[in-house]
Amino acid sequence: MSEKPTPLWEVFIRARNGLSHKHAGSIHAADAEMALQAARDVYTRRGEGQSLWVVRSDQIVASDPVDKDMMFEPTASKIYRHPTFYEIPEEVGNM
Amino acid sequence: MYSQGLIGADGSTVEDEAFLEAFQKRIDAEQKIEPNDPMPEGYRRTLIRQISQHAHSEIVGMLPEGNWITRAPTLRRKAALLAKVQDEGGHGLYLYSAAETLGVSREELTDQLLTGAAKYSSIFNYPALTWADIGAIGWLVDGAAIMNQIALCRCSYGPYSRAMIRICKEESFHQRQGYEILLTLCRGTDEQKQLAQEAINRIWWPALMMFGPHDSESTHSDQSMHWKIKRFSNDSLRDKFVNATVPQADYLGLKVPDPNLKWNEEKQGYDYSDIDWDEFWRVVKGDGICNRDRMKARRKAHREGAWVREAALAFAEKRAAAAEAAKTAAE
Amino acid sequence: MVDKKSLFNYLLRLGDDQQILSQRLGEWCGHAPTLEEDLALANIALDLLGQARSLYTYAGEVEGLGRDEDQLAFLRYENDYVNALIVERPNGDFAHTITRQFFYSVFMDLLWNGLLKSSDETIRAIAAKAVKEVDYHVRHSAEWVIRLGQGTAESRERMVDALDEFAIYTGELFEMDALATEMAEAGVGVDLAALRPQWEAEVNNILTDAGLEMPKVNWMQTGGRSGEHTEHLGHILAELQYMQRTYPGMTW
Repeated sequence: MSEKPTPLWEVFIRARNGLSHKHAGSIHAADAEMALQAARDVYTRRGEGQSLWVVRSDQIVASDPVDKDMMFEPTASKIYRHPTFYEIPEEVGNM
Repeated sequence: MYSQGLIGADGSTVEDEAFLEAFQKRIDAEQKIEPNDPMPEGYRRTLIRQISQHAHSEIVGMLPEGNWITRAPTLRRKAALLAKVQDEGGHGLYLYSAAETLGVSREELTDQLLTGAAKYSSIFNYPALTWADIGAIGWLVDGAAIMNQIALCRCSYGPYSRAMIRICKEESFHQRQGYEILLTLCRGTDEQKQLAQEAINRIWWPALMMFGPHDSESTHSDQSMHWKIKRFSNDSLRDKFVNATVPQADYLGLKVPDPNLKWNEEKQGYDYSDIDWDEFWRVVKGDGICNRDRMKARRKAHREGAWVREAALAFAEKRAAAAEAAKTAAE
Repeated sequence: MVDKKSLFNYLLRLGDDQQILSQRLGEWCGHAPTLEEDLALANIALDLLGQARSLYTYAGEVEGLGRDEDQLAFLRYENDYVNALIVERPNGDFAHTITRQFFYSVFMDLLWNGLLKSSDETIRAIAAKAVKEVDYHVRHSAEWVIRLGQGTAESRERMVDALDEFAIYTGELFEMDALATEMAEAGVGVDLAALRPQWEAEVNNILTDAGLEMPKVNWMQTGGRSGEHTEHLGHILAELQYMQRTYPGMTW
């Protein structure tokens, strides 16, 4: 019989100012303060971080992989959103 | 360590042909599989088994080396050893997290270890008897582990592969610190050199066993290779390890305890004796010299920590309830 | 001019405190209540070990006899170790370890902050690094004190027991004996007795949050600073010194 589970948290680290927070992994903790400390103690032992976020894993809303086509395929044909779609003569220079 | 993780793995799966074919296509195209992606049940089961065995190995692996933290001979060595054993705890944690993405909880995984339902690498059922063993463990055991783990960085399952990349990066100092310990011993007194030789004598064969049974005996390897959960065969990794390690032993001036070890010019690799497979299976099945001690130590830590985990949860609940009550009162 | 011998002995006190507590925390490695806490305790142990190494290395330089950090850390007799008694007390259960850490870290936070203004440049540099480390030790241990105090009936009971065990070793931390007085007057050290009110205030603050209180103490135990220890130090040294004593004079 397993004991009562301790909540899972996702850990995000900003490596240095100017960068966004990036997912680093997860930890278990009973509350937010302990989660923050665990994230610090586990994931920043080699100078990896300047800032930490912890988020309860069950609070993350994720897209369903089954919906992948509906969610992300339609954008593939909108090539006019990319600069390379447009032709500018070389003489004009960089634009 | 972790080729042993597939011992007893059940890769059988019940999905229809079309589903399995589509999945295999993704694997063949080197697409990573992510947590919520559709996957065959056998793939999920095999992964949980391998990743959790790997995690358990890291956790149990803290014990033989941890046993030397309070006795390390210098402060520099103590700091390195403590940081290394701490890393192993961290790596166990990363791996439990990777396994959890497959729908199994840390608590369940811990239970599996403590009840003996799940195994860990047989190497940790051997004792660390002298300080030289700490050197030999770093050099040979971590060396063998890294061989496996580098191969696993390209595993088809995203969270496992990412955990492995992080682990390999962090572990790069582990093998070096072990080798440095032995190098210092080998440059020291006759007694120190003898300690080093005895350590290799003890740890060489168990380290080779870490790569798991011969490919011909490793019944579940084929499916795992096919799914790219495992990317190299046990024997090929073992050969690679021997070829890399023997010259390092020569440099130390230590003798690898194998009378049949010989360079084979034709295959550009070493020939070596066969492993004592009776010993291997005996230790895997629970009758190594330290099996009982290791499990006892883990059970004790878990049992004695229960009230702490319970208190942390109770506090969190009380605080959440108080915050809720305050919110209601304010409304 | 500061007396070299006195400065040396003062550095040994600081060094021994950090080393012995680090040694105790090292015993936890692989046995903590959670994996996360295993890493946390090892982090604290490594911070303290780093501080001890800086302090011993500097002590060796001050002494001028060519003794390095290891000779000072490993090769002295039991009554030459001058750590406070609190750090050598056994780990006990997690409540004991946390209580010891909390009492000690709050004290060290105040002490290192004071030593930021030491007249000794090296001590100032060591303090500047240590103060950030110990800030976190206070935070970590204090949050646990609150959780264990308020968690369950069992955790509370264990905390009460731990407070009772360790309270009697806190007085020694603030003792101003001849050496402490000499160092404070020379501007190298700080007036330890003067730190006490703030220590009590901070400790009581957290204990109040935890629903706990400091037990009444009839007699504060003392002796560590003059090498008179509890029975536990000998066992610590038996492990700590094992390699250096068994294989004398070798390089590791």
